[in-house]
Amino acid sequence: MKLKEKIIEKLLAACALLTILTTIGIILILLVEAIGFFQEVSIVDFLTDTQWTPLFSQKSYGILPLLSGTFLTTFIAIAVALPVGLTIAIYLNEYAPKRFKMVLKPLLEVLAVVPTVVYGFFALMIVTPFLKNFIPELSGFNALSPGIVMGIMIIPFVSSLSEDALSSVPNSLRQASFGMGSTKFQTAFRVMVPAASSGIIVSAILAISRAIGETMIVAIAAGHQPRLTLDPTIPIETITAYIVQVSMGDVPYGTLAYKTIFAAGITLFVFTFILNNISYWIRTKYQEKYE
Amino acid sequence: MSNNRSSRYKDKIFQGMGITATFSCILILAIFLGFIIYQGIERLSWDFMVSLPSRFADQSGIYTAWIGTLWVLVLTTVISFPIGVGAGIYLEEYGKKNKLSTFLEINIANLAGVPSIIYGLLGLEVFVRLAKMGNSILAGSLTLSLLILPIIIVSTREALRAVPKTIKDASFAMGASKWQTIWKQVLPASFGGILTGVILAISRAVGETAPLIVVGALAYVPFAPTGPFDEFTVLPIQIFNWVSRPQHEFVINAAAAIIVLLSITFVMNGIAVYLRNRWQKKVSW
Repeated sequence: MKLKEKIIEKLLAACALLTILTTIGIILILLVEAIGFFQEVSIVDFLTDTQWTPLFSQKSYGILPLLSGTFLTTFIAIAVALPVGLTIAIYLNEYAPKRFKMVLKPLLEVLAVVPTVVYGFFALMIVTPFLKNFIPELSGFNALSPGIVMGIMIIPFVSSLSEDALSSVPNSLRQASFGMGSTKFQTAFRVMVPAASSGIIVSAILAISRAIGETMIVAIAAGHQPRLTLDPTIPIETITAYIVQVSMGDVPYGTLAYKTIFAAGITLFVFTFILNNISYWIRTKYQEKYE
Repeated sequence: MSNNRSSRYKDKIFQGMGITATFSCILILAIFLGFIIYQGIERLSWDFMVSLPSRFADQSGIYTAWIGTLWVLVLTTVISFPIGVGAGIYLEEYGKKNKLSTFLEINIANLAGVPSIIYGLLGLEVFVRLAKMGNSILAGSLTLSLLILPIIIVSTREALRAVPKTIKDASFAMGASKWQTIWKQVLPASFGGILTGVILAISRAVGETAPLIVVGALAYVPFAPTGPFDEFTVLPIQIFNWVSRPQHEFVINAAAAIIVLLSITFVMNGIAVYLRNRWQKKVSW
């Protein structure tokens, strides 16, 4: 009996340790392949060259164009998701009647379960043609439309995380504010939001991390032209979309072109890893504790 | 704080903004879904479901794609369910509050935030190359299993945490061992919650495209897969392939395939929500 218990505990522990193996695996394969890449391409060129053309005959390996593409779409997505998501969170938490909230929340969650490839379709087929009505020079592939759609996709993510943070603020704080004669608006912005600020910041950071790693929307609607630009109306390419582009083609194993996706991958991983850890750190360190 | 007219105005204005923001989102969702149905519903037919892909849009179907999706769904469930729940049980019931468990926790939070395409790169090197599985359904399913493990673990832990300590203490007092208590008391009581989390995670896996593209799921597979070592495609990849073509007929096909994919996702999420509500009602100590 004792032995059986021990075996079961070991088996369960093995399941848990698999998650550590996964992390080690990710870091190891990215490092090994990226080191192979940097033996052939100097890291200075990688970080400073303004051209990314590994698949052309005239090859350049500067990551900057992919970074600018990633930055651009992420910036647009966050510019949409953060204000709208926060407004919704505050509205649902402070203003909306309870029954209303119970209907609205699941409806918003639907936005979060739609597969990203479907959002890509929306960006290319609906949003880009729609935006062309206002911006005639908008290219068929651009950063603006996938950025906006990505933002819409992230809204429920921001709103539900921020709402969790807001609703964990004790009701006594709200009542005290009302007791002082404040309006709901004053209570929300001078009491509730500051009290929930660490949770709200975490939701913003995680949203940025999601947007950086988002793949299919940009792979479908942003075009596949790496360009060092901040112009949202022309075709660009993100790090993620580049990995997809190479994977769709027939790049032989072990070639330099094959290794580029790992060099791009490790760049992507470093950014999201830093952001995720900052958010985790904030969550544990600055979690407001009320009794 | 002075409560003059302007602050009451601000209050009203913000309330208006809140309502507008919320309903805009729902309206956009409705427009998106309406557009998909409008474009794709006519293309949807029995023929479309059982036809192989073709160069000609009007003869093309999604047979290989949905069979592939079904394979991936089943294999991913079989792999990720026991491992994820096992890890969740270990962390919640066995893990002591020490450095290792803190590290495991940070690590899982981190894994949940790793972009899905990075899991694709991991799967490509480990399963496709090192384990020599090739571009098979098994390699794809293993990759997706790793991707959704953090989600399953976190939701399993939440479900286990909801079981009151008194139940466990009562079981221990009757002389039950730790595992007997978990197997006979804790798991049955939390099973609804665990299942909800697993279904939501699997539904995420079904919609994933990028990692499967990286591990080499193909855009064009002439025959439906018959075993876990066959090459395959899935619905999201078929959709991606059709969306990327300039001809309007293929876009219609994509819309029709999206209706099928969304139906699968929505049904799975519906089941999860139903289970959650039922389970919350039933278990009350």
